[in-house]
Amino acid sequence: MSAHTDTPHGADHGHGAHDDHHGHDDGAPHATFKGYMTGFVLSVILTAIPFWLVMGNVFDKSSTTAMVILGFAVVQILVHMVYFLHMNAKSEHGWTMLALIFTIVVVVITLSGSLWVMYHMNHNMMPGMMHDMHKVP
Amino acid sequence: MSDVTALSTPGAISANPSARYYVSGEHHPENGTMLGFWLYLMSDCLVFACLFAIYGVLGRSFAAGPSGADLFDLRLIALNTSLLLLSSITYGFAMLEMQSNKVRGTMIWLVVTGLLGAGFIGIELFEFAHLIHEGAGPQRSAFLSSFFALVATHGLHVTFGIIWLIVLMAQVAKHGFIAANRRRLMCLSMFWHFLDVVWIGVFTFVYLMGVLQ
Repeated sequence: MSAHTDTPHGADHGHGAHDDHHGHDDGAPHATFKGYMTGFVLSVILTAIPFWLVMGNVFDKSSTTAMVILGFAVVQILVHMVYFLHMNAKSEHGWTMLALIFTIVVVVITLSGSLWVMYHMNHNMMPGMMHDMHKVP
Repeated sequence: MSDVTALSTPGAISANPSARYYVSGEHHPENGTMLGFWLYLMSDCLVFACLFAIYGVLGRSFAAGPSGADLFDLRLIALNTSLLLLSSITYGFAMLEMQSNKVRGTMIWLVVTGLLGAGFIGIELFEFAHLIHEGAGPQRSAFLSSFFALVATHGLHVTFGIIWLIVLMAQVAKHGFIAANRRRLMCLSMFWHFLDVVWIGVFTFVYLMGVLQ
């Protein structure tokens, strides 16, 4: 019942007669044309700017560019989550959001942990390896 | 109907007739398919997180071979990205047509989505063939191994998404918009948009940052 009331233009008016057998209760949110177009336009902008930054060599330092395009990627992922995957805190009583938060925590630990540990391992192992490399003709 | 829960204790009814039913006021899905599929997507997300972590660790181990800046053609990647982004919005249009019960409109947008996905896979295969032809195959360096593992896993997902799309088009053509088909189309919608989300990570982390040195 909550899904019906927040449809702005009444996309579900045309088939009220067979409401009982085609699954309005399947937990799916109602998508709107406006929502999809908003998401699409935002995605196009958020995709075009990083490509322009890299292909046009806009910043002098590549580390600045890397940080900026990672920021754009995070924003674009959020846009896709909201407008295309219809994420909100209410769907399935919040269980999808809970699963998403748990996944994000695990993903952040996996990525940051791997990069952090392996960077330091490479850093600490390098002198010994370089020493051996000098003997190689 | 599932919002109403009957209290079956006879004593409770006689004691207080107004407490015979209560309406919880919350939206109960009839089944857990959407939540279950979401959990699958989240576990798939962990697979990609591992592949991204591997690429992050090994992405600069060129073994004196070619680097991303030597190999990647960003114009091709921009084309690929726009194809996948367009296929996301066309799938959205298919879902809108499904909401207004138009089988024909849904099928047209699904065909467009499938063609855009096939174009994406075609360009990716062309890129892979080009790299392997240049001697930059997965066996060349740790960078290329992790690159092929990550990007090809995403490509395989898109390929299976296209197969699923074709199967669903046959289902819709045969049975129309029965509840099961609506549910399947919504699952594929989540899958397809999820692959687009993963691709955002791929083009940013692998291609754009690979070209930066």
